Amino acid sequence: MKILVLIESINNKIHPVSIEALVAAQNIASENSVEIYPLCLNKNLIDDLSKFKCTKVLNVESLDLKNYEPMTYLDAAEKVFKAMDADLIMLGHTYETRDWAPRLSARLDIPFLSDCININLSDSKLIINRPIYQAKLIQKIALSDKGLVSFQAGSFSSENLIHENSPSESLSIELNSYDSIKQGERFQESAGGVDLTASDFIVSIGRGLGKEENIPLAQNLADKINAQIGASRPVVDAGWLDHSRQIGSSGQVVSPKLYFSLGISGAIQHLVGMKGSKQIIAINKDPNAPIFEIADYAVIGDVLEILPKLTENL
Amino acid sequence: MKICVLMKQVASEDSPLKINSNGSGIDETNLNLITNEPDTYALEEALLIKEKTSGEVTICTLGPDSSQQVIKDGLAKGADKAIHITIENLKNVSPLSMGKVIYNKIKDENFDLVLSGLQSNDYGHAQLGIIISEYLNYSHASLVIGTEVNEENSLKIKRELENGWFQSAELTLPACLSIQSGINQPRYATLKGIMSVKNKPVDKCEAKELGISEDSGYKVEEVFLPKKAKETQILDGSTDEIVNQLTDILKNKIKVG
Repeated sequence: MKILVLIESINNKIHPVSIEALVAAQNIASENSVEIYPLCLNKNLIDDLSKFKCTKVLNVESLDLKNYEPMTYLDAAEKVFKAMDADLIMLGHTYETRDWAPRLSARLDIPFLSDCININLSDSKLIINRPIYQAKLIQKIALSDKGLVSFQAGSFSSENLIHENSPSESLSIELNSYDSIKQGERFQESAGGVDLTASDFIVSIGRGLGKEENIPLAQNLADKINAQIGASRPVVDAGWLDHSRQIGSSGQVVSPKLYFSLGISGAIQHLVGMKGSKQIIAINKDPNAPIFEIADYAVIGDVLEILPKLTENL
Repeated sequence: MKICVLMKQVASEDSPLKINSNGSGIDETNLNLITNEPDTYALEEALLIKEKTSGEVTICTLGPDSSQQVIKDGLAKGADKAIHITIENLKNVSPLSMGKVIYNKIKDENFDLVLSGLQSNDYGHAQLGIIISEYLNYSHASLVIGTEVNEENSLKIKRELENGWFQSAELTLPACLSIQSGINQPRYATLKGIMSVKNKPVDKCEAKELGISEDSGYKVEEVFLPKKAKETQILDGSTDEIVNQLTDILKNKIKVG
């Protein structure tokens, strides 16, 4: 079996999630005859990649891209996959992967299992775990033949990466040129609002709070315990609170002493922004809410009933 | 602009999720079905673009008869017409198979834009809109958090990246966009809109006539509950008892304030 690991470049470095995908590939290779080929379209990363155990680090001779170009990436990955006669493509499940891997799947006509959390090879059968229903359940999937698999950040630990010098090769592959998608500069919106990363205590609001008019209930609790108010994405999307209050992959990443989660279900995009908190208290009506998997203290109940009494009691 | 919006019916977040008796999937009998929320942002964006440029908005849904509700709600909000590709159950259909069927249906419609929600809240593949861009040979962008229609054949968009970063891009039309939630505030249907639904055309056809494939290239062997990552103490009792326990934890263990 030949695995192509697509390496993402971020700020001219290897994206940490790409390293985790490489660890996933090394895991499989440890007990099986598997060849691993990291493919890297930014030549600056080759030296670093060559320090990791794999069969051969690949790049495309005519291509040296610091930044993401979707159509060129597609063209290169398709041609390398075919030239190598590879079986499997592995990647980190990043926003970049979401943008082009589905299209690569369609072009190669092989399935794409996205946002997976584990992979095993036994009796030459690939078994993959994939969360569904916003991580409330997990599917165990057997891949029949070729495929693409992307891994959620944190599914594999970069501490398990095996270091060993590996060769590299430049493939001479002819690429087409494209102008249907012109990428602009990356930018950040002007800052302002709140820096939640500096707070010791955070009271965070999810949609379980019911409506915007209930926010003072959470604010009262926050005031009482000297906490800042944070929020999950749906609350910000609904306009209840400013974007600067958003915690998660597209907002702030926090690790306070206390994360008090009110009516937040805990989609993975939210969890990555707060799972480093020292103590997590979660109140939610739904016993299957993924937030409970990482909570230290769980209350399965109605936040609107508990909140006023708790604030008064403190 | 001729705009197509891909919309799906899914189980609501508060639906009871039970694993079925043979452990292969979800017991679907008591699910509360709603329009996939991310798709409502895609519909709203389509309606906003239509209001700026004129044209028409077509909803396209693939799903069982119950998905009619998605169409009715979308038409009531202002979409002009709909395509309903019917199929008994979508759970064993891969994103590629869905993409091929929808492509077969819409390939001759010459849409300028095909919009979809970023992902569905059930299986969450987050792939369909981008897959269709490949079949249609359109340009594409995902995680779109802003659109600006410039000239006739191009479109400026803003994409969300991780950690508070964004990127702008210019796409040649036609294009497929997968829309990030929060891009707009979806409208509610007006009474007039609701009354207009019965006069709007719905093109209904069967997925099997469009060559749907059940061969996904993989097989779901089992569905199970995630294992807990952490030792969790569950606080139970009456509301007052819970409040007392929480107070003790906050004051004496975490030492807030």
